[in-house]
Amino acid sequence: MDSIKKKRKPLTSNLITLAIVCVLFAVVFILVETGNATRHMRSMLVPICINIILAVSLNLTVGFLGELTLGHAGFMSVGAYAGCLFSIAMEEILPMALRFPLAMLVGGLVAACFGVLIGIPVLRLHGDYLAIVTLAFGEIIRSIIINLEFTGGAAGLKGTPQDSTFVIAFVVVLITLVVIMNLVNSRHGRAITAIRDNRIAAEACGINVTYFRMLAFVIAAFFAGVAGVLYGHNLSILSASTFDYNKSIELLVIVVLGGMGSIRGSVISAIIITVLPEALRELDDFRMLIYALVLIVMMILNASPRFAALKGKLNYKALADAVRAKSASSKANKGGQTHE
Amino acid sequence: MNKMVPLPSKAIVPERDADKLPILDVRHLGIDFGGLTAVDDFNFTMGRTEIGGLIGPNGAGKTTVFNLLTNVYRPTRGSILVDGVDTLGMSTHQVNKLGIARTFQNIRLFSNMTVLDNVKVGLHNSTKSNLWASVTHGFGYYKAERQAKERALELLSVFHMQDLAGAEAGSLPYGAQRRLEIVRALATDPGIMLLDEPAAGMNPSETTELMENIRKIRDTFQIAIMLIEHDMSLVMGICEGIAVLNYGKIIAKGTPDEIKSNPAVIEAYLGKKGA
Ligand SMILES: Nc1ncnc2c1ncn2[C@@H]1O[C@H](COP(=O)(O)OP(=O)(O)OP(=O)(O)O)[C@@H](O)[C@H]1O
Ligand SMILES: [Mg+2]
Repeated sequence: MDSIKKKRKPLTSNLITLAIVCVLFAVVFILVETGNATRHMRSMLVPICINIILAVSLNLTVGFLGELTLGHAGFMSVGAYAGCLFSIAMEEILPMALRFPLAMLVGGLVAACFGVLIGIPVLRLHGDYLAIVTLAFGEIIRSIIINLEFTGGAAGLKGTPQDSTFVIAFVVVLITLVVIMNLVNSRHGRAITAIRDNRIAAEACGINVTYFRMLAFVIAAFFAGVAGVLYGHNLSILSASTFDYNKSIELLVIVVLGGMGSIRGSVISAIIITVLPEALRELDDFRMLIYALVLIVMMILNASPRFAALKGKLNYKALADAVRAKSASSKANKGGQTHE
Repeated sequence: MNKMVPLPSKAIVPERDADKLPILDVRHLGIDFGGLTAVDDFNFTMGRTEIGGLIGPNGAGKTTVFNLLTNVYRPTRGSILVDGVDTLGMSTHQVNKLGIARTFQNIRLFSNMTVLDNVKVGLHNSTKSNLWASVTHGFGYYKAERQAKERALELLSVFHMQDLAGAEAGSLPYGAQRRLEIVRALATDPGIMLLDEPAAGMNPSETTELMENIRKIRDTFQIAIMLIEHDMSLVMGICEGIAVLNYGKIIAKGTPDEIKSNPAVIEAYLGKKGA
């Protein structure tokens, strides 16, 4: 019976993820406040948060629903434009503290609506077909935005208030993490993962597969939209060309590297993939080459069972067991002493 | 239907239910795959607490019948009444809500999820937790989860599997996977459960135990069970009514004794002897 695998408790694992994120935030925040961060470093903080939100939400469809979608940048752009246009219109009317959260909500909801519209035709498909069609939809959205008047067209959208700050972006990261981790550990999340593991069996268990596939798709689109709003409020010009399929693929790389269905993995790999190209900036001409090489090595490492075993050895459970064993033995010692 | 059936194994003697509406009433059911008629003129009724058997040689169309009953396939002809309701045009999950649960010939577990979560997926429609509760983990989430867990453990205890609750379903031994599929089906609170070769891959002692458990499930949950099986000792031992399928057609129907001595059945299984 050794072959029976015990699963870890998800709740503890989630708390650890949140703890890691909060500690990282605290460290970086102190560095920034004490003036120990360079301008260059500070400029990367919001983009890191944005990529975490995008990766964690994409993981919901790719890792938990088990469908490869390549249109995440499309939802991001829809959210970005909706949120930025809202902020531009409301700049004089609403104070920032009210306007920016509302803009994120608007961006998220508009992206979610696009999720429904695109989901209706796309979710009839599975596997490779679904991947290719979502890729196509992402490109369609981009070319429409470029050709519209009110989005600023190819020149880009100017005049968005630059409301994004590290603290706000971090709060949105926390909300995203809590919502997605809660969802995954719930009746709805179980339905979504059940569909991934076996669609026919899930249906036979009374799960409305169409509904839950749509649910995962739309929630992912919502958070992509919110991330887009953060992105749009972090730059002086919003240009549609940044939301091409390269962006979608970069996000997919983050999710695959972090591990399908691993939220903590997505967070860590989002940080690495965002920082890496910047860290390699000094290398100039070799930058993309080294970046690609590092990616290949990390992917191979991550896919190797031996590395997984090593990670397993280093996981919190082993640590916790070691600590418990230690405290138990020290207690036993104490107990022995009092008896003597 | 059987919402909160208490689980003590006190056997309730099944009431005879000939006078009640059958849980399943299948009329002239048939399906063609291109030119192949896989099932034809299939007529069958199941009483509310009956154990029925569906047997036949390989490729006879038995699994196809289950796929038709659960609306995985759309029938070419005929009708299916579950609890008096025609299931035409419904989707598989709606048929499950009407009261049909099933297991699969080639096991279909959610293999990356825990044993407990597999059963909780079966409890999906009886877990009262809306999207808002799922996202916030408030608004009755913990209560609903606790109830689902208790019920799941209760159901697992039918097969003495409660200690395996935390194990990954895909890593269980074969026999345990088959039992887990039955528990998961049972969790959907069915009126009738369809078991596709539940004893396949089990050893003789496991099969005997399974046989007793199927009877126990019928008695405690008061549901109908229809099973496909190649193990004749199991079929003859627990089924009250048996239908024999060959080339998609029912060639015999009756009690185990009637089936055993039916020449058409013997011919279908052994081939024409001495011809
Ligand atoms: N989706 C399908 N498309 C085409 N033919 C099919 C399909 N499903 C089943 N069939 C055919 O229908 C016939 C009956 O198959 P079925 O799986 O129902 O047999 P079975 O009685 O369950 O056999 P076994 O005892 O081997 O499980 C076979 O000839 C099979 O090839
Ligand atoms: Mg079969």
